[in-house]
Amino acid sequence: MTFEEQIQHFRGIVDDVSFPTVKEWKSKHTGGKVVGMFPVYTPYELPHALGMLPVGLLGAGGIIEIDHADSRIQSFVCSIARSTLELGLTDRVKDFDAVYFTSICDVARNLSGIWKANFPHQLVEYIHFPQNMESPSAVHHYRGELQRLLGNLEQLGGKKASADEVVRSIEAFNHNRSLCWRLHEIRQLTPWKLSTYEAYILLRIGTLLPVEEHTHILEGIIPLVESRETKQRDHVRVILEGSFCEQPPMELLQVIEEAGCYIVNDDLLLHSRWFTDPVPANGDPLLALAESYIQRSVSSSVRHYGLRSRKQALMNKVRSGQADGVIFSAPKFCEPALLDYVLFKDELEKNGIPYLAFEYEEKMSVFESIRMQIEAFVESVMFFT
Amino acid sequence: MSESKFKYQGVGREYQKKLLTAWNDRLQSAESDGRKVAYLFVPGNVAEFLRVFDFELVFPEVNALQCGVRKISGDYILKAEDVGYSPDVCGYVKNDIGMMLAGNVGPSGHKIPKPDLLLCTYCGCTTFIKWFEALAHYYDVPLVLLDIPYLRGSVIEETDRQYIVQQLKELIPLCEKMTGNKYNHDKLVEITKHAAEAEDLWVQILHSAKRKPSPFDSYFEAVFFMAPIYILRGLPECTDYYREAMKEIQERIEHGVGPIPEEKFRVVVEGPPPWPHFRSFWELLKRWGVCAVASSYSKVGGFWDHGFRHDPTRPLESIADYCLTCYTNQNLAMRTDLLKTYAEEYDADAILIHSVKSCRSFSVGQADMREQFLRKWDLPTLLVESDLADPRYFQIAQLRNRIDAFFESLEHKRLVHA
Repeated sequence: MTFEEQIQHFRGIVDDVSFPTVKEWKSKHTGGKVVGMFPVYTPYELPHALGMLPVGLLGAGGIIEIDHADSRIQSFVCSIARSTLELGLTDRVKDFDAVYFTSICDVARNLSGIWKANFPHQLVEYIHFPQNMESPSAVHHYRGELQRLLGNLEQLGGKKASADEVVRSIEAFNHNRSLCWRLHEIRQLTPWKLSTYEAYILLRIGTLLPVEEHTHILEGIIPLVESRETKQRDHVRVILEGSFCEQPPMELLQVIEEAGCYIVNDDLLLHSRWFTDPVPANGDPLLALAESYIQRSVSSSVRHYGLRSRKQALMNKVRSGQADGVIFSAPKFCEPALLDYVLFKDELEKNGIPYLAFEYEEKMSVFESIRMQIEAFVESVMFFT
Repeated sequence: MSESKFKYQGVGREYQKKLLTAWNDRLQSAESDGRKVAYLFVPGNVAEFLRVFDFELVFPEVNALQCGVRKISGDYILKAEDVGYSPDVCGYVKNDIGMMLAGNVGPSGHKIPKPDLLLCTYCGCTTFIKWFEALAHYYDVPLVLLDIPYLRGSVIEETDRQYIVQQLKELIPLCEKMTGNKYNHDKLVEITKHAAEAEDLWVQILHSAKRKPSPFDSYFEAVFFMAPIYILRGLPECTDYYREAMKEIQERIEHGVGPIPEEKFRVVVEGPPPWPHFRSFWELLKRWGVCAVASSYSKVGGFWDHGFRHDPTRPLESIADYCLTCYTNQNLAMRTDLLKTYAEEYDADAILIHSVKSCRSFSVGQADMREQFLRKWDLPTLLVESDLADPRYFQIAQLRNRIDAFFESLEHKRLVHA
């Protein structure tokens, strides 16, 4: 398959909300367990260490009708919560044996409670990520949380994970993350070689496959991307911020680029490059994961950074990406993104960086108004700054 | 109620007014008197700990709800939206930011002092973090986050408790440096003793609603009566307040009277009130002789009525337990069970859920709770929607229709089964 054919093929899998890769994996692994991972970041290494398949549970992308979840979740709640619950209520995730939610926001947290009440046959975990990054106790507490999760998975799978097995998983994900970072680097240095849409598909397919398979795909495809002969266009370089949890419609990513932007940094599928350095693969693996979370991970609106400011992190992205501006693209009703927007925009104004803001929903299908906004933004950046 | 018959009615309200005015006066003069000011949230607040260092305490949620009651929250919310806040984010946050931008004069007319310390207890509400990050952004003052793990199971884990105790200990040097006051364990013991006394009395008031008729509305009155337990807890005057308030309740019991002339329906209420339309909402229910005999919102800051007390023999650990068990930090299964247990304990006819757009921490899951109440336990449940701070979301005609239809059907059922 050519590069383009591969992207097309992966898109087909991503859009299939019956989770065909899960079915295939289960048919090959009798008694194998599948763990659904709600965004933004979850410790994929834990199920992997037990031979389980961690799978992204990222909503339904506007593909299915919300018939049942509407009566369980109010209309003022983000689409991803409603469509994810709809996937559950329509039996599309009945092959999943466990589901992880995390402390990214109150909606995700309470969705874990709704899930528990409605799907009692699944192991439902709510992970408390540390928010007090300045406390020396946070690493120890989070290590305990990882131990608890691992213990519950061991019970689910009926076997123990040795420290070596967790270390091997850390190594597998370190390698995979280094390739995801490489894609990111290509986007930042030569964005004309790989569109954001293509990069997104290449990362998104990784949420549906065993990590080794995804790594194999990236190892094959990165050289193809590097040798691509695509023409550099006269686009403005932008940072895309706010789309870290609910997945934006893929057409929206295409519209942003068609309207004249190179997205040189973003917070899409952030789990794929959550750690800024490899997680140490020696010593206590759970401690290594805990320390990496607190000391060596990326900035995101879903966590508090103590003295390390997210505003500063955004400015660093602008500088390192040599960006001309920032596009805030937040899901409707997403409090972490919408509340951060005000602080971010103040910082950008202080630094004279142009920005544009709009909201999206999974079900969005008309992009003309956004296209016009972006085109106007691009023109104003090109000709007036 | 004739004067000769009733000596204590209105005592709770009048005495509270006096105490809160004194509190506001102290706040107003804090800056000029050189006293340090800490901002903190109501749920799981660590007031006892901060009082050791003589911090003056400001609760932005209390300001926000009072702005709602005084019907000035709408203007402040618009002011915050003018600087970029979305119509879809928490109204309390926007009210607070709007009030700050307008000069920070509180709802009672007192000037609210600038914070020296923002102490965010991450206690069942992620928006709390965003709120105080915004205040840190605008005021440029230190923000300390006290990380309270959400209850993942149904009991307190020792690791969670110790994590909080450790964080409190780590906070001591900063508080000492900021205020110049040393940490004093004996003082903390004394403060927690006062807290526990007040908590005992508050629980007696809450439990009085088990009587028929109930002498007390555990939602519409409780949200007022609960102010000192959150704002002044740990001070002797807080205990004194509940002693006096208890006399008011005792007197109602003696005379067989309650918050409404004739109690026809007993309900358990879930969710915060619509502050800007508090009276109107209450009236919609009073028309049907509805008395709230228990509510979750009166436990929003702390949960005492099943036994917890601040404990002078283990003060820091009990502060940790307090943070962990406040209603907002309890998981959905615990919340659902609690409401069902209330319905049994207080012999309620129904559950009323007031779902607010602002607070996803409360509202996400409520519709699913309703399903469970109806299907698993056959508990009549009404869910209505508006907001706690934003007056734009209160649709009185729609609410009246829903409430009337619900109680009409309950009345009909009662007649049929009689």
